[in-house]
Amino acid sequence: MSAQELHPLSKYIRKGAPPQTHCSGCGNGMIAQSFLRAVDDLGIQKEKIVCVAGIGCSGWIPSPLFDMDTLHVTHGRPIAFATGVKLGNPNLEVVVFTGDGDASAIGGNHLIHAARRNIGVKVICVNNMIYGMTGGEVAPTTPRGLKTTTTPFGNLERPFDLSRLVIGAGGTYVARWTTYHIAALVAAMKKALTRKGFAFLEVLSHCPVHYGRRIGISDPVEMLRWFRKQSVTIEKARGMSEQELADKFVVGEFVDIETPDLNQMYEQLFEAAKREPN
Amino acid sequence: MQGNEACALGAVAAGCRFFAFYPITPAGEIAERMSQLLPRARGVYIQMEDEIASIGSVIGASWTGLKAMTATSGPGFSLMQENIGYAVMTETPCVIVDVQRAGPSTGIVSAPMQGDVIQARHGSHGEYEIIALAPSSAQEMFNMTVRAFNIAEHYRTPVIVLADETVGHMREEVVIPSEDSLTIINRTVAPNREEASKGFLSASVAPMPVFGRGFAAHVTGSSHDEYGMRKASAPEAIDKIVRTINAKIATHAREISTLEKTMLEDADTVLVAYGSCARTAEYVLKQARQRGLRVGLLRPMGIWPFPHEDVRQALKSARRVVVLENNLGQLFPEIERAAPEGAETVFLPPEIIGTLHRPAYVLSEVAKEVR
Repeated sequence: MSAQELHPLSKYIRKGAPPQTHCSGCGNGMIAQSFLRAVDDLGIQKEKIVCVAGIGCSGWIPSPLFDMDTLHVTHGRPIAFATGVKLGNPNLEVVVFTGDGDASAIGGNHLIHAARRNIGVKVICVNNMIYGMTGGEVAPTTPRGLKTTTTPFGNLERPFDLSRLVIGAGGTYVARWTTYHIAALVAAMKKALTRKGFAFLEVLSHCPVHYGRRIGISDPVEMLRWFRKQSVTIEKARGMSEQELADKFVVGEFVDIETPDLNQMYEQLFEAAKREPN
Repeated sequence: MQGNEACALGAVAAGCRFFAFYPITPAGEIAERMSQLLPRARGVYIQMEDEIASIGSVIGASWTGLKAMTATSGPGFSLMQENIGYAVMTETPCVIVDVQRAGPSTGIVSAPMQGDVIQARHGSHGEYEIIALAPSSAQEMFNMTVRAFNIAEHYRTPVIVLADETVGHMREEVVIPSEDSLTIINRTVAPNREEASKGFLSASVAPMPVFGRGFAAHVTGSSHDEYGMRKASAPEAIDKIVRTINAKIATHAREISTLEKTMLEDADTVLVAYGSCARTAEYVLKQARQRGLRVGLLRPMGIWPFPHEDVRQALKSARRVVVLENNLGQLFPEIERAAPEGAETVFLPPEIIGTLHRPAYVLSEVAKEVR
């Protein structure tokens, strides 16, 4: 028996799939494992899961690694495709793997509208604060002033706070953790997967190759230490000033409310339509 | 009833149970009707945030096994192009109705034009074949929408109903056939995981490994093999894709893109027209025949893939070919290529583009001496 077959999560790995395609030291492998742990702990049948992947490093977390239905789509559009999958078959657990560029730059429109609709898809947004796959270009999440391959004099723009964006758009489950907070991350994934409505889980993922290098931390373990040092829980952050929080990552669960999801609204519509004359 | 309404009725009759839309003129009535019809059939009508999302959600819904459609006009059709290419690449059946209006850009929202003919053919990047049908009446808005679903399901590919403002908005009698008299084709779904694993790139159309059945289908717009597995760096893989998905359509041009032939047997002059232009051509044909002119009409009911061989056959004894299009000649080069050597081939746009051809104007052209 090979090492791969011995691993308790190996049943979720597609036979014949190439090993991880990410750069060495990337955080995405940890996110992959966290997700599979959550699925395994909850006992969700893998046959009932559809992974919808965007373009960018994050899309390669499920595609083609997971032994599940996988729809690897065009750049920025996984949430739009996932909306069709979830409405087409409400019994499926539809999980989107998207990056910060995919979800908030080219696909920002779909993100906010999915949150507003409360469509029951679960979005795992891998935020590495840079465009990794294409060569380290500036992203809408890159801190102001950072030098990247396309901001050689420093980034002029303010970064998006993705979780706050989704909260503003009406997200019913919103949480943020980093690849340092693995236990909390698995717990949040489990929570997201059990919510009926739209869930948004932002995961700050360490990208030593493109982002770390730019902030002078190209060692992955050092980047995790940096995540630990810079992270402040939402509970603690409530007592801190904007100034104190300026360069911090606020982590934790921001929103968790139950309100009818879109599939439930359609069920009500179908019942009402039956009673309406043609 | 209106052509756009007939389109919606055709879609539901064909089994469409998912429709996504972003508001645009002159396609609005299709959406209005779908929003009334679908909830009663437990189908989903959804207004998405833009046309990119509309076609995206349609493709997603198709992978759950539903028949899915979207409708739009020029500007929205432009936005959909990338994902239409994705549907071609991933062999996803779906229907896109483009009720063409005058362009480029915002143009005139309620003027007819056949401006999207080339965009329908080549709007997405890369090398691919597309199927586009061209209805010329309200009745055909019904019939061709049904047919579009049948072809999409049969070949596992997106099909475009290339309507225009005139056929979308014209009101005329439409006969809705009874349910049991309609031919409805449903996709072949893979029966088990083994069959499902080879879910792509078969010359004879692979059974579709739809989601939720334990197939662990891998669907990607990246270059892939017949198992759907990404082959992102081997040119041999993209070579196989390009050849297979193109041949799947191109070799069936004759069955897909049928021709309507009227009085071609003795015709010296043959009018060629499709979509709303064919209505003027039909009228001119009658008038010309009354005057004793030997005129015929060839109407491609499907324009992509262009049925070269059949058009060549139909035109072989023509001495003069007059092509009517409401543009500057988008299908004309194809027709010219299929016209017999030695025949005079003329392109005739309306006097004012964005209006219909004036019959008297066409008649005067038709009545000209054959050279």
